[in-house]
Amino acid sequence: MATLAGVFIFLTIEGVPGFFQEEQFYKGAGNFWGYVDHLLFGTVLAATIALIVAVPLAFGIALVVSHYAPKWIAGPVAYVIDLLAAVPSVVFGLWGINLFAPKMVPIYDWLNAHLGWLPFFEGPVNPVGTTILTAGLVLAIMILPIITAISREVFTQTPVLHEEAALALGATRWEMIRLAVFPYAKSGMVSAVMLGLGRALGETMAVAMVLSGGGGISFNLIASSNPTSIAANIASQYKENTPGTLHVLIATGLVLFLVTFLVNFAARWIVAGNDRKMAR
Amino acid sequence: MNRTSIRKALAPSVAVLALSITLTACGAGNETTDSGSDDSSSAETGTLTGELNGAGASSQEKAMEAWSVGFQGLNPDVTLNYNPLGSGDGRTQFIEGGTLFAGTDSAFDDEEGELTAANERCGTDIIQVPSYVSPIAVMFNLEGVDSLQLDAATIAGIFDGKITSWDDPAIADLNPDADLPATDISPVHRQDDSGTTENFTDYLSQASDGAWPHEPDGLWPVKGGLAAEGTSGVVAAVTNGNGTIGYADASQVGELSVVDVKVGEEYVAPTAEAAAKVVAVSPPVEGATETDMAVEVDRTTTEAGAYPVILLSYLVACQTYETQEDADLVKAFMEYVVSDEGQAAAAENAGSAPLDAETATRAQDIVSAIAAG
Repeated sequence: MATLAGVFIFLTIEGVPGFFQEEQFYKGAGNFWGYVDHLLFGTVLAATIALIVAVPLAFGIALVVSHYAPKWIAGPVAYVIDLLAAVPSVVFGLWGINLFAPKMVPIYDWLNAHLGWLPFFEGPVNPVGTTILTAGLVLAIMILPIITAISREVFTQTPVLHEEAALALGATRWEMIRLAVFPYAKSGMVSAVMLGLGRALGETMAVAMVLSGGGGISFNLIASSNPTSIAANIASQYKENTPGTLHVLIATGLVLFLVTFLVNFAARWIVAGNDRKMAR
Repeated sequence: MNRTSIRKALAPSVAVLALSITLTACGAGNETTDSGSDDSSSAETGTLTGELNGAGASSQEKAMEAWSVGFQGLNPDVTLNYNPLGSGDGRTQFIEGGTLFAGTDSAFDDEEGELTAANERCGTDIIQVPSYVSPIAVMFNLEGVDSLQLDAATIAGIFDGKITSWDDPAIADLNPDADLPATDISPVHRQDDSGTTENFTDYLSQASDGAWPHEPDGLWPVKGGLAAEGTSGVVAAVTNGNGTIGYADASQVGELSVVDVKVGEEYVAPTAEAAAKVVAVSPPVEGATETDMAVEVDRTTTEAGAYPVILLSYLVACQTYETQEDADLVKAFMEYVVSDEGQAAAAENAGSAPLDAETATRAQDIVSAIAAG
């Protein structure tokens, strides 16, 4: 808590002047909001893609490991997924730009050819594959182990009596999971997703390396020019900073901090609300 | 309910995770370069002892490795630390007195009062000498084409998105012998704020006769297009695509083909000698003091065999230091860097261009006057 407060105080003191810098420090955007809006958009978009891909997959893997698979296969699978968490983000970045992104180009070409009428897949296609969709998928792989590990732990904590009671009432295994495991594990699952989301929102190096950023707000997922994320933008611009731009960068950091905080708070509130309803 | 116990079990692990994430985030970028610090086996020729700390431009990092090994070979009891934080942090730390010298891609100027602040820190005018000159290559990846000749206006048109196909007449006219395909051009630029971009855009705006409508800037001025992080990111993006073109430090382009740039009436490849030549013919910046060797790089030179797309990086120090020890250390180090030997070491390790004789002599004179005061 003290660390959190310390970070917040630092961000506020150093960041607030960033809201009121002279125009030249906002790189052609005019004011702070014009500078940060597309960054905020990019951050949320990349994190959303990551969550959409990672959450169902992670819960699926966690369920298989905790309730479906036999022990001899569940153990190694869980272990391998956990190992993913130990890979540093630069390594994901290197893998992303050198191997994963070029491999995605044919898929993007296909998406553009067949689904080009959707605003998400308008041409021209990024010839190197460094799109926000690629960045989101890399993020998905990075947050997968956190969500999987935590939800697996919570799933296995379900009281055996609850499960057996459900089965005894004639539920199939899937019905048992829906009736006994999910309600019991809900708050833990939300915690897992929140941790994953926190990492996706704040991930810096992998996004900076993989994503071809610098673009404005756009829902096109396969273009050359993409909105970059706040954290990646700080990493990119920090190296050659001057006192003026530094304040602006820290101010964007403050915005990211507030967004993460709000999202967490909202999620907790929703879960708590559900609990209250159930208790009644 | 049992749920509270899960919460209890989760809370500490959540806290630990969050903490470790913040800690790793802070930890990155704090590494110091002191390669070769235990080089004490070599001949004991120096009598200097102590620790010499500097920070700044990451462009000089590779050269600094060579200088570190060479300098500590001469002075085994000295520890040289150079922290490649980037030019901005290097300048800030120098002004705040945290380091004895700084490396920077853009010379100290008074746009944000940094030059005045640095002079105040030193008590006298600062010393600024060119230490690292490196050609910036325009490299491309196009199936069936290995060599290309372009002038500044055409390069500007390509990077500004005005010329979009490889068989555009503007390119074909300059390359009558090349068999150019109708592939789309994908220009790749740096998305981070960098000295390479600043020098490249400076070249485009000065040499292209108005074909480049933007101001020189460390941050890429054109909206949209392919962007990549760092020199290695640009090289990777150009390598992975077809019809891609980008710019990077010439020593880093690897197997990629590079463009010969039109200077005067001939086409010049990005070589070390051609780069050093430009520094020699460039005029000093306005208001430069005796000890300030900052130059306005002459991008429009027509000098035969000169290559004007270069990155020029400076080392910055004070004329006087409070203690004799600091003064001796900085003086010895700076003398080594601008010496023929030091420049040759950097050329070998980092592929930079050694300073030409005239520039080197003036730099040597300036740094040999460093003293305690």
